[in-house]
Amino acid sequence: MSLNRMSRRYDRFLGPDIAADVRDELRFHIDAKVHDLIAQGWPEEAARKEAERQFGNLRATQREGERIGDSIERRKHMKEYWDDLLQDVRYSFRKLVRSPGFSAVAILTLALGISVNIVVFGILNEVILHPLHVTEPQNLYQIFHQEWMSGGPSYPAFEDFRRRNTTFAGMAAIYGLSSVGLQWNNTVREVSGYDVTGNYFDLLGVRPELGRFFHESDEHGPGSAPYVVLSDALWRREFHADPGVIGTTVNLSTHPFTIIGVAPPDFQGLERFFWPGYFVPMVNEEQVEGWDFLHSRLYNPVAVIGRLKPGVTMQQASDNLNAIAHELAREYPATDRDESARLVRPGLEGDRGVVIREFLSSVMVLALLVLLAASANLASLFAARASDRSRELALRVALGSSRERLLRQLLTETILVSLLGGILGMGCANALLMVLSRWQPFGTGSEHLVIAVDVRVYLFGLFLSLVSGTAFGFIPARHAWQSRPLQAMKNNPPESAYLRRFAARDLLLCAQIAMCSLLVTASLVAVRGMVRALNAPLGIEPKHTVVAEVGLGMVGIGGDEAHAKQKEIIDAAESVPGVQAAGIVNFLPLSGSGMSGIPVYWPGTVDQSLSNQVLDTRVYPISPDYLKAAGTRLLTGRNVRWRDDAHAPRVAVVNETFARKMFGNGPAVGRHFLLWNELYEVIGVAEDGKYVDLNESPICAVYTSTAQMGQSSTVLVVRSKLSSGDIAAALQRILTDIAPTAPITIRTWENALSNVLFPARAAAAALGVMGMLAAMLALTGIFGMAAYSVSRRMKELGIRAALGARRFQILHSAVGRPFGLLVFGSFVGLVAGLFASQLLGKIVYEANSRDPLVMCGAIATMAFLGFVATLIPARRALGLNPSVLLREE
Amino acid sequence: MEAAKLEFLRGTLDVLILKSLAWGPLHGYGITGFIRQQSDDALLLEEGTLYPALWRLESKGLLQAEWGLSENKRKAKFYRLTAKGRRQLQQETTTWQAYAAAVSKVLATTQPNRPLAEEIG
Repeated sequence: MSLNRMSRRYDRFLGPDIAADVRDELRFHIDAKVHDLIAQGWPEEAARKEAERQFGNLRATQREGERIGDSIERRKHMKEYWDDLLQDVRYSFRKLVRSPGFSAVAILTLALGISVNIVVFGILNEVILHPLHVTEPQNLYQIFHQEWMSGGPSYPAFEDFRRRNTTFAGMAAIYGLSSVGLQWNNTVREVSGYDVTGNYFDLLGVRPELGRFFHESDEHGPGSAPYVVLSDALWRREFHADPGVIGTTVNLSTHPFTIIGVAPPDFQGLERFFWPGYFVPMVNEEQVEGWDFLHSRLYNPVAVIGRLKPGVTMQQASDNLNAIAHELAREYPATDRDESARLVRPGLEGDRGVVIREFLSSVMVLALLVLLAASANLASLFAARASDRSRELALRVALGSSRERLLRQLLTETILVSLLGGILGMGCANALLMVLSRWQPFGTGSEHLVIAVDVRVYLFGLFLSLVSGTAFGFIPARHAWQSRPLQAMKNNPPESAYLRRFAARDLLLCAQIAMCSLLVTASLVAVRGMVRALNAPLGIEPKHTVVAEVGLGMVGIGGDEAHAKQKEIIDAAESVPGVQAAGIVNFLPLSGSGMSGIPVYWPGTVDQSLSNQVLDTRVYPISPDYLKAAGTRLLTGRNVRWRDDAHAPRVAVVNETFARKMFGNGPAVGRHFLLWNELYEVIGVAEDGKYVDLNESPICAVYTSTAQMGQSSTVLVVRSKLSSGDIAAALQRILTDIAPTAPITIRTWENALSNVLFPARAAAAALGVMGMLAAMLALTGIFGMAAYSVSRRMKELGIRAALGARRFQILHSAVGRPFGLLVFGSFVGLVAGLFASQLLGKIVYEANSRDPLVMCGAIATMAFLGFVATLIPARRALGLNPSVLLREE
Repeated sequence: MEAAKLEFLRGTLDVLILKSLAWGPLHGYGITGFIRQQSDDALLLEEGTLYPALWRLESKGLLQAEWGLSENKRKAKFYRLTAKGRRQLQQETTTWQAYAAAVSKVLATTQPNRPLAEEIG
């Protein structure tokens, strides 16, 4: 049936005409019938009528035939398509298996690039893209003071804003994180959480998982709402998820609170890095915090959030708030001079969010650059492979394989590689993200980021692998498209095509090297910044020092009793053999807590409004040996003594910045100042330090005598020659002896500082990894190109060597080009790195790519990479034996 | 003739088509002829219903269609059993025969034993 084959062939060209087929088939039937009837003696006219009558509804049958025919045809196409695809996939798979080195390099390169991207995107997704688990988060804003990195208003000012505004549907204040001693089953445990105004949960639109939340109607003045809402995590951890705890009473820092509800598991308030353990009504804050900030306009400890009324813009809202701030400035000129406000997106610690977002976005860009470099690498790998396979491809074209089919087959191969790489990358990334989710860098239960890997992350990974796959698959495909069978079979590729192809690959390699050197520069900057941060003058000496936080206040020890206990603790600690110094302070510097922004006046100032203040300062009540234990050097004067007690004149050690700002260049010791309405005499000057974070500009600090400024908050600092484990064990014994019920946290000071160093460490780790990956990619990229160019020009080099070319000339023509590209690319990358480091400076301490060490480091790294990458190809070129080589062909 | 005309039971047309192709490819008209002849003109089908049945069998993969030349050298579409179609034919034949035997046996009964009725009576 040769006609069959032929008509099928035409089908391919024209597509089958189903309607005509059905018509032909049915017409044949009728005609055959008519023919038979005529043979039986029917007249032709009648025969045709009879045939049609016997057939029935011809038109309906025709229609049905077309319908069924369509579906058959569709299915056939599908099947052919899948068959071809399966064949291509099988073929590609065989090809990949046959060159395992190439496949492994290609897949691993891509997997690296993809997994880096997925990890970064996973974090970005969680931190920036995910909505918060509250109702309509897009209308929620945090209300900030106009000044960058400042805070919210004072609590009374918040009340004024809340009452007078016309643009917000509601406003709530949050104090956090606060810490309390939670007493349950006779043990006291330190937990941290939020003090929130009564309308907090209603404003956020959250429903309790169990029991109820408190509301605005529960608040009737200070101390009127002794209720606590537990977080799901705390409820499970401390109360074993017992629903019976609802309605029972627990002690928070010795004050009884009734547990009224449990928050849903995914609710963490508005800050993504914090998981508060409990929520207590703001009216009861004094019991929890031990001080009253509800009635002072001087301090601004609360964060304020508000939900805009529908249809109100950010601008209208901040105008409204600023108008109120203007009124407040008139009404409270002493304290509310400048309450100007602006709206900030909540979630990432206010203004830090801007930095975090910028940093994450730029890391994302760097990750994409890594992927791009990996893709470029793969593209040149594939291109080299394609040109080595050009004879095979040409043969296949010559044997009648259609170019489309060839193209499809090559693309299948690259897509297969990209999918395999993508899957591997996703697997690695997933594992890494899981580890990150469980990681709590600061040791406490309340600060960590839970990264949920959702569909979006996987889609992103899939998208990236496909895009990079098709992008680099396009190059060999183009090559196949342009191949001329005859020339390729004649062994020598046409010279012009050879050169042109080379130029495209040159560009790829150059771009790749530029990206790599940019990444190397960035990671060097970050690493150097971190080293500097670790060696930065902190004003303390954290090495060989152990710190112990003792929650005296949490078990109700305060006032004189606390002071007596503190003395007892210090005496006991000093008597441990090997201890060099032991002292206490209320809060450690760089711990995120402490008294700050305290106004200081000249002696005799009557009108103590903020406009008359000389400066504001941080205040640290200390015991006599604290400075020695902390390693803070006393520059002049004397230390505080135990004799400087409540009955003696008030004394203070100030830091250099304080002395300079207050007293200029003259001697500070012996001078006086007013703090909290009391006259203080400066008895010594201590060195400056860091108090809030590493990037801060100099801050004033005052050390007062703890005997004159009682504090129940106690941190013991012990410097000793003992190992940290030994001293920790000794301190544990002493402290449980003296304050049996108080929660105690003992760790090395270096450990306690980890939160300060975290941004620099995280940045250095992220950029370091990127830089390393980039360096690896640059290495393999240059190596691949140099090796390839040497192997392609073996014969030429051999002839030149035979004709007496000098070693340098051979070297030059063998690896000169890759090396030139390396130099040019590195230069471009370095220049880009210079401009990109400004952003880095906000996160990494004193990041500066103009730093000569960084510049030299980057250049040395790139040169080293170039040397290593071209070493083997160059040796191969120099080691050519012309006689052997020329005999071969 | 009218009395001998039997209505097709649902599903029987399919198995008859499969059977008609058991010895080789036929076109649609050939199939109608085969069925008429083999049933001694007892089974008369409205010819228009044959084609949709053929196409459905083709789309199920039981038949394969090809254009070819008829006895009088005209272009016609020939149907042929696929391996799947052949298996289906065997299976349906067995089922049909068992069914027909059972029905015939019941219909052939002359004096039924009715133990239940006796007990009640």
